[in-house]
Amino acid sequence: MSDPYSSFISTGPGRKIARQLGLPQPANLRRYSPGQPLLTGPVLVTGSGAGADALATELLSWDLDIRRHAVPKEKLGAIILVLDELRTPADLEVPVLGVGSSLRDLMPNARVLSVSRTAADAADPAQAAARQGVDGLVRSLAKELRGGATANGVLLAPQTLTTSTSALAALRFFLSGRSAFVDGQFLTVTSDAGSPTLNHDRPLEGKVAVVTGAARGIGAAIARTLYRDGATVVAVDVTAAGQQLAAVVNSIGGTALQLDVTSPDAGQRIIEHAIDRHGRLDIVVHNAGITRDKLLANMDQQRWNSVISINCEAQLRINRALLDSEHFRDGPRIISLASTSGIAGNRGQTNYAASKGGVIGMVQATAPLLAPWGGSINAVAPGFIETEMTARIPFATREVARRLNSLQQGGTPGDVAEAIAFLASDAAAGITGDVLRVCGQNMVGA
Amino acid sequence: MSAAGLSAHSTQEPTGHGPVSSTPGNPAGARPDQAGGPEVSGAGLRRAVIVGGNRIPFARSGGAYAKSSNQDMLTAALDGLIARFGLQNERIGEVAAGAVLKHSRDFNLTREAVLGSALSAETPAYDLQQACATGLETVLGLSNKIRLGQIDSGIAGGVDSASDAPIAVSEGLRTVLLELNRAKTLQKRLQILSRLRPKDLSPDAPDTGEPRTGLSMGEHQALTTAQWNITREAQDDLALKSHHNLAAAYADGFFDDLLTPYRGLAKDSNLRADTSMEKLAALKPVFGKNLGSAATMTAGNSTPLTDGASTVLLSSEDWAREHDLPVLASVVDGEAAAVDFVHGKDGLLMAPAFAVPRLLARNGLTLADIDFFEIHEAFAGTVLSTLAAWEDPEFGQDRLGLSGAFGTVDRSKLNSCGSSLAAGHPFAATGGRIVATLAKMLHQKGSVDGRPARGLISVCAAGGQGVVALLEAA
Repeated sequence: MSDPYSSFISTGPGRKIARQLGLPQPANLRRYSPGQPLLTGPVLVTGSGAGADALATELLSWDLDIRRHAVPKEKLGAIILVLDELRTPADLEVPVLGVGSSLRDLMPNARVLSVSRTAADAADPAQAAARQGVDGLVRSLAKELRGGATANGVLLAPQTLTTSTSALAALRFFLSGRSAFVDGQFLTVTSDAGSPTLNHDRPLEGKVAVVTGAARGIGAAIARTLYRDGATVVAVDVTAAGQQLAAVVNSIGGTALQLDVTSPDAGQRIIEHAIDRHGRLDIVVHNAGITRDKLLANMDQQRWNSVISINCEAQLRINRALLDSEHFRDGPRIISLASTSGIAGNRGQTNYAASKGGVIGMVQATAPLLAPWGGSINAVAPGFIETEMTARIPFATREVARRLNSLQQGGTPGDVAEAIAFLASDAAAGITGDVLRVCGQNMVGA
Repeated sequence: MSAAGLSAHSTQEPTGHGPVSSTPGNPAGARPDQAGGPEVSGAGLRRAVIVGGNRIPFARSGGAYAKSSNQDMLTAALDGLIARFGLQNERIGEVAAGAVLKHSRDFNLTREAVLGSALSAETPAYDLQQACATGLETVLGLSNKIRLGQIDSGIAGGVDSASDAPIAVSEGLRTVLLELNRAKTLQKRLQILSRLRPKDLSPDAPDTGEPRTGLSMGEHQALTTAQWNITREAQDDLALKSHHNLAAAYADGFFDDLLTPYRGLAKDSNLRADTSMEKLAALKPVFGKNLGSAATMTAGNSTPLTDGASTVLLSSEDWAREHDLPVLASVVDGEAAAVDFVHGKDGLLMAPAFAVPRLLARNGLTLADIDFFEIHEAFAGTVLSTLAAWEDPEFGQDRLGLSGAFGTVDRSKLNSCGSSLAAGHPFAATGGRIVATLAKMLHQKGSVDGRPARGLISVCAAGGQGVVALLEAA
């Protein structure tokens, strides 16, 4: 799981050699730890409309150092481009070129964020063009930034404001070290739903969360992160992984549930365990998954079926039990693990990509079913993450995979877990049916 | 031998042992009050319940746990229990466990395991040792403390490693070393050392031989097996059922919440799901080869040396409720017995044949009132000899003081999820395995004819001892 190259170039001589040879120079990313300030350095909020003003006023209450105009030579922690009033592509010129000269003043691990509206809901083609233009703009800008800086965007659906609870929550997530490995991505705020987080160090206080596949890797990181954020965790994994599962659980409290997610009564048993032992069930993270890679020409029934069954069918069956349960109606949150393979495809992974594409379809179709309960469901799609699984990839392949993103490094299981913890919070309730990629803007899968 | 022992008319009375609150001469009156009130000798006592259990899969010695110590395995079993029931940093009333094969450094084995686990370091613990009955006795001891209100929660358990067994120096070397330590002058030291002989240097490994007879447990059982005319076929059949029942329980996921894998092992390594009468019949006898009659005991119908650990979480009903924990069964009563095997009066492992009749009589029950029998399979011959004794009118009259045979065990109710022949038998860990397994079976069964399902546990032990217990679904 180590990345010796990154360690090497973080030394003085290493940095010099890398620069001279034109080799990748991955930055040490700013990652969240409790008690850490949201970010350092002033935040430039551009845009002159009511939405920009309201947002800037709101951000002042976050104890941020807000600028409405760039001060020459002043280092910036973040730039927020408020573009919610675009009517035509020509409207992009002034605000976008306006921040261009400020980019050189960005501090390491800075953030550039756009706030704009969803193109699908535009009044006319010109407005749609302008709004969709923001997509290409932010993704390209993300590829230009260096030093661990990232660019992401918040998309507002009709009836939502720059100051809607989930718009603010998304901005906070993107500004913070919680989004370290999220780059070139958008989160869509579909409604005004959600209640603001009161304690930002423990946003999940009082919640009961179930995490499947929690014995190791990303699942163990999710369990630890949800616990850190205040949740009581039910950690689920197959019996064979029980020893590691117990170790994870005993380090964070909560309970271990040895269970095969593909068993027909898995959903019922998860609900019963959470209710009987912890009195409620608020969050379910579908993380359990497997890979059984083979070119389709060589694919056998067992490889195909096991992947579809565990990665997709099991989630569908458990969700059905959750939707039927009267115990999952108090602002329930479901987060499913998708994969960039499910978006962009990956050679040798037809089964895996089909299952993960399936997860994305499931998430989109399930969102309206949870809406009556103030619920939400989203997918998180990891890119190259440093885990025991990816450590087994042959060296050269692994080294290429790890550098093929805008941050020129692999992410950590904790990076994925942070995105999941954010989507599990009540402040994010207005984001549903969405897919958030945690991939450092992987070159594949857009 | 005490005078009382000699004057006992060679019977071990089924009643008249222990405090009995029922009307004398009316054992039926001792039937427990099902409304949750006190039972038998338990007037004014609260119930002790079994919340659940956890064990590591049992491994044949020299296998997966060859390099694990008793403390490693007991800690692992505890940690799995803690994870299952969310007991991290919990101060448990008391933890009691033990091992039969024990290093001298393990003088505080259970407390050390607690300190290495995720429990609160303020959890007290003690070691207990009663040969193979160790595990069951820890359950009974802690249950009694819970019933008395001395503690609200307890973890009972046991562990044994035949792989990491202690090896002692010879008695000669030990004496020399101790004297050497006391010697004050060089001259004296050399004098002591000169007494050392080459034979003193060979180590003393533990075995299962009985100190007073020199016979191994297997040879003792062979005598009993022959005495009760237990056939090879009957023993192999019992072994076959044990394997098939255990395999079926695994296939059903029955052990998903009773077991936590350890060191890559997720199932008992002794389990042979595909064994058959033919395969068992092909094994050569290993015990009783010099008895005159044909030897019947093989490696297939005897338990192998095994490594493993088990734990059981016990508590009062209130404690379980306050901790939002399930309640599977309650510990109703227990009984110990011992036999005079030294003089050949009874077989070494026949003590439960006396303990069970006393236990059931005290509770106003007969074998017909029991829904699940868990008779520890030290050897298939042990179980079958015990059943044969109970079915024998002569034994009933002469040895149990009854009017006829004690009764018959319905074989369909015997060791339904497999027992030691299939799972293996890490001595002190067997009791915990059986208690947790039976508690879950009772919970699943719920009630029978409007009363809680009942289960009986019988464990034989070295030294001619036996401990038995009565459990009831909760």
